[in-house]
Amino acid sequence: MALLQIAEPGLSAAPHEHRLAVGIDLGTTNSLVATVRSGSAAVLADEFGRSLLPSVVRYLQNGETVVGHEAQSEQTRDAQNTISSVKRFMGRSVKDIKDAPALPYRFVDAPGMLQLQTRAGVKSPVEVSADILRALKTRAESALGGELTGAVITVPAYFDDAQRQATKDAARLAGLNVLRLLNEPTAAAIAYGLDNGAEGTYVVYDLGGGTFDISILKLTRGVFEVMATSGDSALGGDDFDHRVYCWILEQAGLHGLSAQDGRLLLTRAREAKEALTEHLDTRVTALLSDGQAIDLTLDQATFRQITKTLVDKTLLPVRKALRDAGIQAEDVKGVVMVGGATRMPHVQKAVGDFFGQPPLTNLDPDKVVALGAAIQANVLVGNKTDDEWLLLDVIPLSLGIETMGGLAEKIIPRNSTIPVARAQEFTTFKDGQTAMSIHVVQGERELISDCRSLAHFVLRGIPPMVAGAARIRITFQVDADGLLAVSAREMTSGVEASIEVKPSYGLGDEDISRMLTESLSHVQDDIEARKLREAVVDAESLRDATVSALASDGDLLAEDERQLVDTALAAIAEAIAADDTRQVNQATHHLNKVTEDFAARRMDRNIQRALKGQNIAEL
Amino acid sequence: MTTDFTQDFFSLLGLPRAFALDTERLDHAWRTAAAEVHPDRHASRPEAEKRVALMMATRVNEAYQTLKNPVNRGRYLLSLQGVDTGEETNTSMPADFLMAQMEWRESIEDARDSGEVEALDALSARLRDEMRERVAELAVALDTAPDLDAAALLVRKLRFLEKLEQEIGDAIESLLG
Ligand SMILES: Nc1ncnc2c1ncn2[C@@H]1O[C@H](COP(=O)(O)OP(=O)(O)O)[C@@H](O)[C@H]1O
Ligand SMILES: [Mg+2]
Repeated sequence: MALLQIAEPGLSAAPHEHRLAVGIDLGTTNSLVATVRSGSAAVLADEFGRSLLPSVVRYLQNGETVVGHEAQSEQTRDAQNTISSVKRFMGRSVKDIKDAPALPYRFVDAPGMLQLQTRAGVKSPVEVSADILRALKTRAESALGGELTGAVITVPAYFDDAQRQATKDAARLAGLNVLRLLNEPTAAAIAYGLDNGAEGTYVVYDLGGGTFDISILKLTRGVFEVMATSGDSALGGDDFDHRVYCWILEQAGLHGLSAQDGRLLLTRAREAKEALTEHLDTRVTALLSDGQAIDLTLDQATFRQITKTLVDKTLLPVRKALRDAGIQAEDVKGVVMVGGATRMPHVQKAVGDFFGQPPLTNLDPDKVVALGAAIQANVLVGNKTDDEWLLLDVIPLSLGIETMGGLAEKIIPRNSTIPVARAQEFTTFKDGQTAMSIHVVQGERELISDCRSLAHFVLRGIPPMVAGAARIRITFQVDADGLLAVSAREMTSGVEASIEVKPSYGLGDEDISRMLTESLSHVQDDIEARKLREAVVDAESLRDATVSALASDGDLLAEDERQLVDTALAAIAEAIAADDTRQVNQATHHLNKVTEDFAARRMDRNIQRALKGQNIAEL
Repeated sequence: MTTDFTQDFFSLLGLPRAFALDTERLDHAWRTAAAEVHPDRHASRPEAEKRVALMMATRVNEAYQTLKNPVNRGRYLLSLQGVDTGEETNTSMPADFLMAQMEWRESIEDARDSGEVEALDALSARLRDEMRERVAELAVALDTAPDLDAAALLVRKLRFLEKLEQEIGDAIESLLG
């Protein structure tokens, strides 16, 4: 927590001031950053006017890191040290990457998440992603002329907990204050819906470079309710490139290519695919390292034929999502197309045929996700906006635990609206048992081995009792980012069982702290002063919020309760006057604690007021 | 200080405590309540408020899920009246019901084994008709002519039917790929 604040000093803006917030589309192929300026969302371009930042990172001989176009243009020449499509590796191990042997990287299998050997050392996908995010942060801060208060980062809706956690870690590592992880299709729906005043049931079909998402949303009077989402986190334009690449190998009778040549042909394959969006046929030429010249012609009909199974593959999740939403294709009012790969005519045609209506292509499929994220970031950071709207999203995959016999038992079903929590009771198996191990998984399949392992929890400190007497209540809480947290309590004794979390993936908080501290070591002197400033800003904003809550809803507190709050307020003033970071943080923590219940009562009152207002409006 | 988290889901959403439910009103009440407590609405507020918002929004969603689904709603109403439907423990069911169950299972297996998605869809439609009938009976047993034992049995039966529905869904999904 504190470390986040070191890197993120933007909160110093007064409450009424416009705070700088951005939306970041961290794509497999391209990444973008957008913000809301004078009421409208816009993508921020680099100094050459380019909006898209290729998601490519190159580690140079001299220790420098290059991101974007410059890295991309050297990709063929320096394939092993130039990482592209790193998003496909987030939260994944080597065995998850089906085409790993064909990729020009030196993979290092690490527990949980794979790593990449580069000349700059071993890099985790989280670090590579952080390099991309850092480039966007720098771009945004120089365009906006100040430090960012926070960012909304988009993720594919179909990302599981491991992939989401990895994304959040990357953003923290880049020194960003993550306001929210937002699902990409949902972001697109916000941008599209607000722009067009859309009402009714809409489908967002998002085919990017490496991921496919389908979301079905109900738009009613400013509420964006996700009814169902589905997808394939390993299907995208890259797969179309790969089909063309295989076609080239076959046509030219090639095998056993070097990393260099392989990368070159993949690039040619992608260029051919993109050319076929506009042309009936295209030439594929390349000069291989052994001097062999490739010269082929690929026409649209052949391309359609070799990629038909991929297009069909996207329709399976579409069917699933419709089923889960309990609607038919004809109930859909419009289909919003997102992602560069939806430019392919045969994709548009397949989607049009399926839904019996031409898809909506009147928006920029590259930018719409970043724009939606920017709009949400602007709201989350507390800037005033004209229209009030609300987003109700879902979790894409069921969460469960391992039961006897290697089976998965679902605890929270997919497509539950988040935030969501479910509690489950467990008991001991043996007399005197004081510990219990729980395995949390995500996925729809019955067998544990077919689901993704999220974490192993060991509960300790269960009071010894006879078998079956202990009642351990484990609560699974999924927050608004779609991230899971687990807590446990022994019910008969009221003992809070301690949980030892062993995530199957991802960085621990200490890892992130260490990496952040390392990257900030050159500004060590600044840190203390900065920490104090941060702490004071936090304390003041909590104090102001509390004072104004007391003014409007003070009647909700009994006299002794009021006294507690007043004392805590006084302690804040004292701590600020003392210029002591620790004391300020403690006072803030304390005031937060004693006002928690007050906040709950105020929210309760607000719900009842809102419902009353609604009932009156109905009459 | 403790907050009143014992408030039941009906009063939380400002709805009359009964099985009969205006679903549009429920939808509306849920969205209205969610708009007040959703974490997005409190993202720039103090920590305490954020924590509370997460808790409250979770509860509002739980209330909605519980009341929206008739089986959950029936079970919940019974629990408010101190009746445990005991679906995990009490599996003794009338013989004719069990017979019908077996027939359903066979039909589902047949359709799945012969790979007929349409047949599964048709089964699913029939099953939902059957569930609608039971739900209508449940409404009587809870609202019009209260009979809690009969209601508990109906909830247990509906739970069986829900599981069948789930099986059909899984079968369709496995056929679709
Ligand atoms: N004109 C085009 N025709 C066909 N495919 C395209 C075209 N333009 C971009 N693409 C493909 O779109 C994909 C990238 O889409 P994008 O939305 O940027 O992906 P991501 O969100 O994964 O970064 C790539 O596979 C790229 O080749
Ligand atoms: Mg994208």
